[in-house]
Amino acid sequence: MLEARGITFGYPGAKRPLYKEFNLAVEPGERVAIIAPSGFGKTTLCRLLAGYERPQAGRILVDGAPLPRRGACPVQLVLQHPELAVDPRMRMERTLAEAGEVPERLLDGLGIRREWLRRYPHELSGGELMRFCIARALAAGPRYLVADEATAMLDAITQARIWRFLMEEAAERGMGVVFASHSPALVERVATRTVRLDG
Amino acid sequence: MREADARAGLGTRADAGRGTPAHVAHEALSHAAAQTHHHHTHAFGSRHEEGRHLLQVEGLGVSFRMYDEKGPYLRARRREVPVIEDLSIAVHAGEIVAVAGASGSGKTLLADAILGLFEPNATVRGRIWFEGELLDADGLARVRGRGVSLVPQGVGSLDPLMKVGRQAEGFARGGGRRARAERRARRRELFARYGLSEEVARLYPHQLSGGMARRVLLCCALMDDPRVIVADEPTPGLDPDLAVRALEDFRAFADAGGGVLLITHDVELALRVADRVAVFEGGTVVEETAVESFASPETLSHPFSRALWHALPEHDFAAPADGEGGGGGDAAKDAAGEGGAGPARAQEAPADRAVDRTARDDAGRPRAQEASHA
Repeated sequence: MLEARGITFGYPGAKRPLYKEFNLAVEPGERVAIIAPSGFGKTTLCRLLAGYERPQAGRILVDGAPLPRRGACPVQLVLQHPELAVDPRMRMERTLAEAGEVPERLLDGLGIRREWLRRYPHELSGGELMRFCIARALAAGPRYLVADEATAMLDAITQARIWRFLMEEAAERGMGVVFASHSPALVERVATRTVRLDG
Repeated sequence: MREADARAGLGTRADAGRGTPAHVAHEALSHAAAQTHHHHTHAFGSRHEEGRHLLQVEGLGVSFRMYDEKGPYLRARRREVPVIEDLSIAVHAGEIVAVAGASGSGKTLLADAILGLFEPNATVRGRIWFEGELLDADGLARVRGRGVSLVPQGVGSLDPLMKVGRQAEGFARGGGRRARAERRARRRELFARYGLSEEVARLYPHQLSGGMARRVLLCCALMDDPRVIVADEPTPGLDPDLAVRALEDFRAFADAGGGVLLITHDVELALRVADRVAVFEGGTVVEETAVESFASPETLSHPFSRALWHALPEHDFAAPADGEGGGGGDAAKDAAGEGGAGPARAQEAPADRAVDRTARDDAGRPRAQEASHA
């Protein structure tokens, strides 16, 4: 179970914290949608869950244990802007390798063409880069995948492809998914449960 | 003559070919009578003021002269890589036209072309009319900000070293305290309309959330009271209510007689606010139709339009296998048959598109090839 226990977090200088004593528990196999208007902390929550931020109070726990400081994190994060999540001076194959061995099946499932591996990030479109970011996250063998508006910048066809793949993959791995999305229709299609951040 | 002009075939008679041979003949067409013309159908609100379109693009082609990425480094030959081909689109007074389609398919380049912004290695063909006047590259540059305004895609368009209120006010033409005061008042009014407080006006771009930044960009475009707004992906980062709110103002702008060219990947949002939708794929508009046609896939004519319809989470959330019905975020690549084998390409756009498969950035511009030889 992925848990956010009694989380309090606010950015320095903000009038009030984004969350106070916030709790969230995600079981394996669940696909939990985080819903809120802009500015209510969806992205921050995603980052907290994956260990990119530390809460000011409370803890993030995976099966009762805190997130490890070394090695692959059991909670992997995929962001909205893939071009900001990759090293622009590394070819894609090296970026992928950051996670370790990437099974062919993963590349095929995400529609990653082999000739893209030798390319630099700037030579790929947003949709293509997103596929790499997802592959990289999945290759790390996470127990939980956190997606922050991961398909918001993609066209409908690419979005459908990616989510269908993710849902199958999550089911197969018994992986839990937490995703932030603005799209009610997408949430309806993908989520097993929704959590609102705006009360 | 500037380099871009030397190669820009915009507005020249020599570029007769498809469509009407000369702009005089075009203007003489009786627009009101035709149900369909210029390959598009009209929507209820589409008006032909003075018998013409507010903005008309016909046969636009944009290609880049590039070094062949597969050639040997020092002796690679140059070739023309087409990114936009034979693209026609019209914006009528009183309407919002959404250009929707595969991401990375060069839609931003369309916006650039209309604004007369060309890369030095670009070759541009076709004709663009604004308010009935055929414009060349200089003409387009002239109307940029004075008739045609852009709401850009990137927050990076803002000066990071200037507070946003000041940026939106810009520079008053004719100078003087009164002009500046007028611009400040207008800016305040627009900011207030979009829920941006005066505190926000004193922030720098990096201090804005994504949604706030978009609203600031919109205000910048509306400052100059344009007739046509070209909005390049104005809503990502805004939640649906705010997005609809932002687009409602585009709606009000259109209702007051302006025209909006809304470039977006978000088909659902486009369907909520646009009067007509131009489906963009493989470097061209494959279908330009009234938004009502999207009520059902049967009323859509092009396979890619149908694929888009089916892919929406509200409809079938259908994901055709890669290689069909547009692919990998860049349909141009798929159309050219890359990746080979697979089931029948029944859903794909015509495979005879000459658009190239070169790696390109999110705006559709082919990437400089030097880096990949490193």
